[in-house]
Amino acid sequence: MRRTTRARIAAVGVAAVALTGCTVTDEETPGQDPAPGTTAEADGDLTPVTLQLQWLTQAQFAGYYAALDQGYYAEEGLDVTIVPSGGDIVPQDALANGEVDYAIAWVPKVLGSIEQGAQITNVAQIFERSATLQVAFADSGITTVEDLEGRQIGSWGYGNEWELFAGLNQAGVEDFEIVQQAFDMNALLSGDIDAAQAMTYNEYAQLLEAENPETGELYQPEDFTVIDWNEVGTAMLQDAIWADAERLESDEDYQETTVAFLKASLQGWVFARDNPEQAAEIVTAAGSTLGTSHQLWMTNEVNRLIWPSTTGGIGTVDPAAWDATVAMALETSNETGATIISSEPPENAYTNEFVERALAELEEEGVDVTGEQFEPIEVTLNPGGA
Amino acid sequence: MTATMIRWSRALRLPDAALGLLGLLGLALLWELYKALGPADGWSIGGTRVLPRTTDLAMPHTWDVLIRLGEPLTAAPGAPPLWVAVAQASLFSLGIALAGWAIGVVVGFALAVLMARVRVAENAVLPLVVLSQTVPLIALAPVVRSWGSRIQVAGVTWEAWMSVAVIASYLAFFPVAVGALRGLQSPETLHTELMRAYGTGWWTTLVRLRLPASVPYVLPALRLAAANAVVGTVVAEVSTGLPGGVGRMILEFANFASSDPARPWAPLMGAVALGLLVAGLVGALGLPLARYRRTEVPA
Repeated sequence: MRRTTRARIAAVGVAAVALTGCTVTDEETPGQDPAPGTTAEADGDLTPVTLQLQWLTQAQFAGYYAALDQGYYAEEGLDVTIVPSGGDIVPQDALANGEVDYAIAWVPKVLGSIEQGAQITNVAQIFERSATLQVAFADSGITTVEDLEGRQIGSWGYGNEWELFAGLNQAGVEDFEIVQQAFDMNALLSGDIDAAQAMTYNEYAQLLEAENPETGELYQPEDFTVIDWNEVGTAMLQDAIWADAERLESDEDYQETTVAFLKASLQGWVFARDNPEQAAEIVTAAGSTLGTSHQLWMTNEVNRLIWPSTTGGIGTVDPAAWDATVAMALETSNETGATIISSEPPENAYTNEFVERALAELEEEGVDVTGEQFEPIEVTLNPGGA
Repeated sequence: MTATMIRWSRALRLPDAALGLLGLLGLALLWELYKALGPADGWSIGGTRVLPRTTDLAMPHTWDVLIRLGEPLTAAPGAPPLWVAVAQASLFSLGIALAGWAIGVVVGFALAVLMARVRVAENAVLPLVVLSQTVPLIALAPVVRSWGSRIQVAGVTWEAWMSVAVIASYLAFFPVAVGALRGLQSPETLHTELMRAYGTGWWTTLVRLRLPASVPYVLPALRLAAANAVVGTVVAEVSTGLPGGVGRMILEFANFASSDPARPWAPLMGAVALGLLVAGLVGALGLPLARYRRTEVPA
C-alpha cells in the first residue's frame, strides 16, 4: 500500500511538471501566436478571422503583422489571428479545409490545388513581382539561362521550381541535373551545385551575410551572378491573399469581412512601405528570430516586390500577369514531364471585386495605394544577419 | 563497452554524472579530431556523401558553438543570449513532450490491459498498433491539426500545441502498448493457475499478479516512450510550424548555416538536453517501483 502511494505521488509530480511546463512557457515565450479562435471570445464585438501564412513569421508577411500591430484590423472590426506555417502545412489546403478564413500562397502552387478540387479564390495579388533568383558564382561563367546547360542546378522543389523550369524550357536547355537544395546556401558555397535557388529577400541576403574565406570579409554582390526570372520573362505570380470561393459566393458577412480584411491588410503594407524599420521591428516582436539587418533587408526587398504598384493599386490582379502565369502552368513541364495544371482554371480562381472596393475606401481616406514615389532604402547586412 | 566503463568509474570512484560529462568531452574531442584530420572535402563514394566536410561551414569548432551560445540571439537591443533563448524553447517543448508522453502512456497501457483481457482484442488490435507506426509523421501532422481546428467543445478551444502533444503521444503509446502487453502476459502458468485455485477474479489477478510482474517490462517501455515523445514533439513542431519550441527553432536557424554556422547547432544541443532531461525524469519514476524490478528486460 505504502509503495503504491509513493508511485502515485511520483505520477502526480510528473503530471504537474507537464502542466506547469505548458502554462509557464505559454506566457513567457515571445511570439507564441495563439491558435485559431483563442481570442475570439474576449472581444465580443470583433469578427474573428484567421490568416494562414505560408512560412514562419518573417518580414515576407510584414504587412499583416503591421496591420495587426497598428490596430488596422481592429479598426475594421476584425480580430485577426495570424497562423505561421511549418514544414508540412499547405496554406491553400488549410483554407480549402475550412481551418482558416484566408491564406497566403503562390499562384502556381494554388492553381495545382484548384485543379485538384480546392474551392478558393485569389482576392488580392500582393506581390506584383517575383522574388525568385538563380544565383551562381561570378567566375562560374553562368550569366544566362542557356549557361545552365550541363550544370548542377539547386532547387527547393515542392512547387518552388516552376519558374526555373519555365526558364529552362523557354531557353531549350535539356541537359541539366536538379539537386534538392536545403534551407541554407552551403551547397553553393562549397561547390556542390553550380547555381542555387534564392529569394531576393532571404537566401540572397544569406550569401551576403556569409564570410568569404578568401578575403575574410563578407561576400559582395560582385562575387555572384544572378538570373532574375522577372528579366528572363518566366516570372510567376507569388504571394497572394486567397479566400474561400464558396463563402465568397453565398455568405454576405464573409464578403464584407473580406473587404474589411483586405483594406486593413493593404494599409499594413502601406505602413511597411513608409516605415520599413518599424515594420521590421514589429515582425521581430511578433516572434521572428531573424537578425535585425536581415529582417530589415527582407522588409525592404518585399517592398520592392510590391511598390510601385503598376496595376492601379496594391493587391489588384493584373489580368495579363495572371494569364501569363496560367499559360506557364499549363505548358511548363518539370524533369518528370509533369505540368502544374492540364486545363484552364475556373472563372472564380481570381477576382478584383473585393480588392477594388477596399482600394476605393482607402483612396477616399487619402491613402497612397500605388506608391509611385517609392524608393527602396539602403540596407547594410551584418555578418550572420545580426 | 558500457560494462567496462562502469567498472572504470567504480575503480576511479567517479559519480555517474562525471562519467556522463566525460562521454560528452569524448564526443567533442572526436569531433575536433575528425575536423583536424579528416579531408576538407569529406569523402564521397559515387556522389553519395559518406563522410562530412570538415570546413568551418559544415563543422564549426565546438568552442565556437559554445561561444555563440553566450552571445545575444540578434543585435536587437534587449535580445536574450542564445543559450537563454534555446533554454526557453526547450522548456516549452518539454511541457508538450511530457503531456504527449502522459497521454501515450495512458492510452498504451489501456490498450495493453484490453488486449490482455480479451484475446480477440489482441488479435484485432495488435496488428493495428504495429501498423500505426508505419504512418509517416509528414502525413499525420496536417491531419491532426486539421481535426483539432474543428474541435471546439464548450469553452475549450483546441490549441496548436495540443496537436503537437497528440502527435508526440502517437509515437509514445506504441512501446508502452507492446511492452505492457508482454509484461501482463509474463506471469508463469503456475502462478496464474495458483490465482485461479484461490478463486480470484480477473481484476484481482491483474492487480496482485500481472501488474507487479509487468513492471520490469513497462519501465524500459516508459523510457522508450519518453524518447519517442521528445522526437515526436520536435518533429511535429517542425511539421506544423508551432512557434516557441525547439523544433521550430531548428527550422528557423537552418537558414543561418551559411552565414552563422555555429547557430544552427544551438537548438540541436537544446533537443539533446531535452531528451536527457526527460529520460532522467522517467528514470526517477522507476525508483518507487524498485521492489518489482528484479529482472529488467530490454524492451
